[in-house]
Amino acid sequence: MSEATGAKKTPLYDVHVEAKAKMVDFAGWLMPVKYGSEIDEHRAVRTAAGLFDVSHMGEIRVRGEGALDFLQGLTPNNVSRLKIGQAHYSGLLTAEAGYIDDLLVYRLAEDDFLLVVNASNIDDDFEHIVSQPHPGCEIENHSDRYALIALQGPKAPEILARVTDAELDGLAYYWFLQDQKVAGADCLISRTGYTGELGFELYLAPEDAPTVWRKLIEVGAADGLLPAGLGARDTLRLEAGMALYGHEINRTTTAYEAGLGWTVKLKKGDFLGSEVLARQKAEGVDRKLVGFEVKSKGIARQGHRILRDGEAVGEVCSGTFGPTLQKAIGTAYVPTELSEVGTELQIEVRKRVLDAEVVEMPFYKRS
Amino acid sequence: MYPESYLYSEEHEWLHVDEDVCTLGITKFAQEELGEVVFVELPNVGDTFEKGDEIGTIESVKAVAEIYTPLSGEIIEVNSELDDSPELINEDPHKRGWICKIRMASGTDLSDLMSAEKYADFASGDS
Repeated sequence: MSEATGAKKTPLYDVHVEAKAKMVDFAGWLMPVKYGSEIDEHRAVRTAAGLFDVSHMGEIRVRGEGALDFLQGLTPNNVSRLKIGQAHYSGLLTAEAGYIDDLLVYRLAEDDFLLVVNASNIDDDFEHIVSQPHPGCEIENHSDRYALIALQGPKAPEILARVTDAELDGLAYYWFLQDQKVAGADCLISRTGYTGELGFELYLAPEDAPTVWRKLIEVGAADGLLPAGLGARDTLRLEAGMALYGHEINRTTTAYEAGLGWTVKLKKGDFLGSEVLARQKAEGVDRKLVGFEVKSKGIARQGHRILRDGEAVGEVCSGTFGPTLQKAIGTAYVPTELSEVGTELQIEVRKRVLDAEVVEMPFYKRS
Repeated sequence: MYPESYLYSEEHEWLHVDEDVCTLGITKFAQEELGEVVFVELPNVGDTFEKGDEIGTIESVKAVAEIYTPLSGEIIEVNSELDDSPELINEDPHKRGWICKIRMASGTDLSDLMSAEKYADFASGDS
């Protein structure tokens, strides 16, 4: 069904088809949305482990003597604080402080960084990055050089330890190990993820991905490891309160509105968007991203209108049924005065109006 | 796979007609496409609908599907078991996962509905 669409295949495409995954076109890539049951895959990640193919993500390499200064001016987080072997979450912002994309910045060496970006934005991101003055910097799109496999869940460390000698015990959240072997393949092991669980992301050469994937499934099966698709990835990240580009963040939203103020380091000096962010920090923002729980029966979805006393005050960014919480949850931008936890909202879902309440984010925290 | 005694619509509903009462549900194919059902919005008993009207919705984790009635009539019963056990639509779509019973308007024309065999062909071409 998909041959005609021209969508790209990850190095694990054949493995997914063999596992009878339901494949969908996502951001121009043929990706597994689920292998069996989305809810089972979601639960596997919360209670055991799940394996995700996220090879569609983009990797942009920035290196050279000017790399640090360049990235300091390009992104809001403080890159100079990163040690070699450490990564952080940040953004690519417009001069108006809207998000072109969100990303991870890995410091591979003193003057060598890897930016990991969303598949749907790779071309825009690359164009934006190279369009900025970048003296002493070499910028290359290395997206085709990496496959990316995420192993997530409480059993992830013991499963991974069966196929690597890497020192996983001392690896803290948002740190990574380079030049490791995983199932015999060269690999960068990063303690990061997008599920709210303990886990790792494995960067490796595309040609090694099928072997590593199959080996992990083999050694993890007895612990309940399941391959997991984009469906589970989305419900997991939303329960964990993590933003998704095109939903919680886009070119019209700023870090302070999105609750991502912790990624903004104004004291480090000027960067793209810093003027607007400094003003918002001083004056406050008019609207804020909130998490809500639907109290009535029903599920709110992206685009549904948020009402207060019958008047539209916002729109749903993401909405789903949360399999761990067993509740319909979602995110929305609302006027700041309606963003307090406990505020009652209504959501227009087709012909019905559902009751909802602003709740604390993240919706789910691992214990 | 599809009961011979039922009729089927292009919207992937099945209908079981007994005199002037028709029981309606969604097909095995439809529930597979939709994924795990977590919520069903049922019509109210006593509501009347015209052919093609939306009478309710079925939501899975990631998707929502409208239920359209393929015939005109009045809702005389709904499967309230689906309120607490929406997964019946996945587990037993053609029996315990039924959605509602409709008293058909007089002169209802069923000729554009499909037989089981024809529907099986239709569904396999739609995947």
